[in-house]
Amino acid sequence: MKALVWHGKEDIRCDTVTDPEIQDARDAIIKVTSCAICGSDLHLFHNFIPGMLPGDIMGHETMGEVVEVGSGVDGKLKKGDRIVVPFTIICGECDQCKRGNFSVCETTNRKRHLADKAFGHATAGLFGYTHLTGGYPGGQAEYLRVPFADATHIKVPSGIPDEQLLFLSDIFPTGWQAAAQCDIEPTDTVAIWGCGPVGQMAIRSAVLLGTNQVIAIDCLPERLSMAEAGGATTINFETESVLERLNDLTDGRGPEKCIDCVGMESHVMASLPDTLLDRAKQMVMAESDRPHVLREMIYVCRPGGIISVPGVYSGLSDMLPMGAFMNKGLTMRTGQTHVNRWTDDLLHRIEEGEIDPSFVITHTVPLEQGPEMYQVFRDKRDSCVKVVLKP
Amino acid sequence: MFHFSNIVRTKGDPKIVEGGPSLKRPVDQLARALGWFSIGLGVVELFAPRRVTETLGMEGHETMVRAFGVREIMAGIMSLSVEKNAGLWARVGGDGLDAAALLSGLTADNPKKGNIALALLAVGGIAMLDYRAAQDTKPRRPARDAPRKLYPNRSGFPKGIENARNAAKQIAAPDKA
Repeated sequence: MKALVWHGKEDIRCDTVTDPEIQDARDAIIKVTSCAICGSDLHLFHNFIPGMLPGDIMGHETMGEVVEVGSGVDGKLKKGDRIVVPFTIICGECDQCKRGNFSVCETTNRKRHLADKAFGHATAGLFGYTHLTGGYPGGQAEYLRVPFADATHIKVPSGIPDEQLLFLSDIFPTGWQAAAQCDIEPTDTVAIWGCGPVGQMAIRSAVLLGTNQVIAIDCLPERLSMAEAGGATTINFETESVLERLNDLTDGRGPEKCIDCVGMESHVMASLPDTLLDRAKQMVMAESDRPHVLREMIYVCRPGGIISVPGVYSGLSDMLPMGAFMNKGLTMRTGQTHVNRWTDDLLHRIEEGEIDPSFVITHTVPLEQGPEMYQVFRDKRDSCVKVVLKP
Repeated sequence: MFHFSNIVRTKGDPKIVEGGPSLKRPVDQLARALGWFSIGLGVVELFAPRRVTETLGMEGHETMVRAFGVREIMAGIMSLSVEKNAGLWARVGGDGLDAAALLSGLTADNPKKGNIALALLAVGGIAMLDYRAAQDTKPRRPARDAPRKLYPNRSGFPKGIENARNAAKQIAAPDKA
């Protein structure tokens, strides 16, 4: 089969690989009908997250049709079922899964000894996202083996196009969780840094959760225009002062809720010296993340507020203003997404026509063009916001 | 065909049968080679400056050679990073400094001036490669003033944004009560 394979920094190729096989009774194999490139795939493209090996198949936003099931799937899936695959692999049986903390499932990371060393405790296995999270082959391919398939799936009805359902795998629940863990009140202002695909979903989620005002911060006109279409007031950080504008828009109080949809690769600008220093340190491996957004959020957030971090961080961040964070009594909520905690509700909202997540797609291309699209997406060429690949 | 990466695959996981084309260009390989060369030269300059100054007949300039070594290592690391273009331009600037330093040692009374001439020739050749690589690895991001598509009609709310807001208010009100 064809698959997008990581060969090294900035080197992803469309290789021919052997087809996946059932390895365990709880496995299923799906024929992929649609998959997407996620912003967090770019961290792997840049080799900023350790634990990738040449030959790893990329991709964790995938859906398709079940073509084979293991004997232990126990009637929960059958051939021909149409499923979206959540990017977090879950067993559904461990203590964390029972609590709904699916992204920290205690069973599915098959290389937990690596994650135990890196993070103290292993988290769930993820598709196509380094050997720290199990080294599972990803879904940017013609076929995908879904481990623990009896739990790791979202069954979806026929009659709704792939484009509306695909993002249940990651970015829609990720944006939703980012907003939900802000405990939004009707009087709140929610400020969202980064108007990439997750930022766009977080904007819509904040609106659907009833916030008073959403403020979106980015520098790319196409993304700001999409944010505005979703109901946000926008700030272009290249031409405006984020601090001044946020204070203006909140009568000097600061936003009650702040969401970081940027993560470890924040924009580097000469007018923001901390970003230059972070980049220099990242280059010589003295720091793994560029946490400018976290610093800014802690500084601007209203005392007593909540900071939500769906953006991916990989390791060590320097110069976080812990004094401001502590004295302002802020709360920070983070984590990979507990996808299956949210998807029943979100699927219902899609079916009801309350939201159509396909608005974010700007490019749809065959899988073979995937390597080129990684570059287009990274370089923000052709006003690219979200790429869907068709195997 | 044998692929080294298949050795570390978990049994049953897909293995590469035939590699696809790489989008890496020859200039990317050149940038990588220059990056490693820069680090190698930098290490020599940093840890064996006397060997360098003796070869060039420029004894007494060891501190400058060490500083140049640090500069080479930094430029090399940058050239190997995602921002290779900045690293390569730093190398072009460094080549100018190297040439100026070598020219200052090219005096009639220097018994090793032949070595300096050779070093100048080498710096010239490397500078051409650095310049070529720097030119060809320019970031392909569109210019800030380049025309962009805008998406003012992509709300994501098929029933309209006001409907979404009102629905949220209706849900929030009983919750509050």
